[in-house]
Amino acid sequence: MKKNLERLVNGLWKENPTFVLMLGMCPTLAVTTSAINGIGMGLSTTVVLVLSNMMISALRNIIPDRVRMPAFIVVVASFVTMVQFLMQGFVPSLYSSLGIYIPLIVVNCIILGRAESYASKNPVIPSMFDGIGMGLGFTVGLTFIGVVREILGNGSAFDVPIKALNDYHITLFGLAPGAFIVLGFLVAVMNVVRRKMEAIGKPLPAVQGCLAGDCGGCTLSSACTGKSLVHPKTEEIPVNPKDVAKPVPDTNIDVKQTANTKNTEDVEKSGSDSSYADDDIQGKGDDK
Amino acid sequence: MSDLLKVSSSPHVRAKDDTTRIMLYVILALMPTTIFGVFNFGLRALILVAVCIVTCVISEFLFEKAVGKKSTVGDLSAVVTGLLLALNLPFTLPYWQAVLGSIFAIVIVKMLFGGLGQNFMNPALGGRVFLVISFAATMTHFEFDGVAEATPLAVLKSGEAVNTLDMLIGRTGGTIGETSAICILIGAIILILLGVIDLTIPGFYICSFIAFLVLFGGHGWDSTFIVAHLCGGGLMLGAFFMATDYVTSPITPMGKVLFGICLGVLTGVFRIFGNSAEGVSFAIIFSNLLVPLIEKVTVPRAFGITRTKKPKEVKANE
Repeated sequence: MKKNLERLVNGLWKENPTFVLMLGMCPTLAVTTSAINGIGMGLSTTVVLVLSNMMISALRNIIPDRVRMPAFIVVVASFVTMVQFLMQGFVPSLYSSLGIYIPLIVVNCIILGRAESYASKNPVIPSMFDGIGMGLGFTVGLTFIGVVREILGNGSAFDVPIKALNDYHITLFGLAPGAFIVLGFLVAVMNVVRRKMEAIGKPLPAVQGCLAGDCGGCTLSSACTGKSLVHPKTEEIPVNPKDVAKPVPDTNIDVKQTANTKNTEDVEKSGSDSSYADDDIQGKGDDK
Repeated sequence: MSDLLKVSSSPHVRAKDDTTRIMLYVILALMPTTIFGVFNFGLRALILVAVCIVTCVISEFLFEKAVGKKSTVGDLSAVVTGLLLALNLPFTLPYWQAVLGSIFAIVIVKMLFGGLGQNFMNPALGGRVFLVISFAATMTHFEFDGVAEATPLAVLKSGEAVNTLDMLIGRTGGTIGETSAICILIGAIILILLGVIDLTIPGFYICSFIAFLVLFGGHGWDSTFIVAHLCGGGLMLGAFFMATDYVTSPITPMGKVLFGICLGVLTGVFRIFGNSAEGVSFAIIFSNLLVPLIEKVTVPRAFGITRTKKPKEVKANE
């Protein structure tokens, strides 16, 4: 039970997909024009995430390693289709305001990322809690951004107009630049909190996954082209005398790795699903 | 430590110019425009200018205080930003919107990217564009002599005749600082004589804009039309005071030429084919973003390196 609780907290706070892992940026920036949209997007993603995590975890010993990506996609896409029809039937207004971003949940980086890095290795129950934690973390992130943008851009919160702000709408925050600015400020706040907590002596654990550079523990490691995104902390690890004695070529590898680092960052920023696209290409190569 | 003891690598050129002095020159050169704007639009324009300048200075001071950086308020760059922003606003703009625009210009466009010298776009124009997008109604509401009217450019776009003499002197509606072409030219001459700006960017900007008008304006070589386009809107102010901003314009000679042409063409595209009558601020901001690329392709040839060797060396470097 303790592990399950830990998974919940992990998703909500330590590895918040929006503010820490920076995953699923496309829906984060696109649909958060209002708080309701943020919650709607977050919750529908949560439902899909929980169900797909459970399903993938249950099937983890049956799915052959080679075709795991297509298998994951099929599982996720089935659940997304269900959620889509349910939303169309019961919350048509939300359905129309989210539009294309509901079917796009299929390729949401968070869902595939959790399937790959957690659900495919762990039992059903912890996977479910992992999905709930991550999903709620995503929901909280989207709602935060949505509330801030709605208050600033539209003078209302959760569709309730705020009287004091009647004449004070800043349209920019309802548009794309506003999404980037609000996200940037919220991440900055998150980082300040993180640093403050480290100063008090309650450091939050270092980021895991693609951002932290723990490529050794990543199942995508063999196929990943943008490996070794070096976390600043890993540089402080004391060096073995053996490593120091290694010949010169090693440094060249380091240089390449740092060059790769930049590429990965670009990929991370440019689209949430790029890393998986890379993976697919690599997979085809393997089959040949 | 005295400043005299600071040693940097050669060449050791000594000049009296520093940031503060150059900013002072710019403020001096903007004075004719500002005074005319206040004369033209009345006391409210003066208050708006003051509000913008004070907000810019205070927000720069507070931001640097908040992040524990050395205060750079003394270099007057925030004053220039505030003044330029105010000159780009209609005098009827509500004060709170002007305050928001100033804060956006200083905090988000300038300070968050590292302060003076690091900003990727002109802060004053960043602030103006923020306001245009956010408060389209008040930012495009122009009054003159107590009557709300369209700017000469909007009149021109709808195909009616405009009085070019009025536009030259500045007795028309518009933002506080853009109306009088003559006052802006006086300021530009002051800056050129003091050596603060050179004519490359404004020259190529205006020439390429004229060329674009002749080719695509639909009027051929119609001098009234061209003069009206040159004197109308923010073109003069933008060309001499904002396109020449040191931080956000290229430093290479060829880059300046390219930058100017880019500005002229973009302004032409926005004004002739765009929905709104004005496009100078968007053209300058867009070109600001292109500056790193322009500088990359226009690196001047180093002395002693012949032309034939150059492509090889570039390959080797990459």
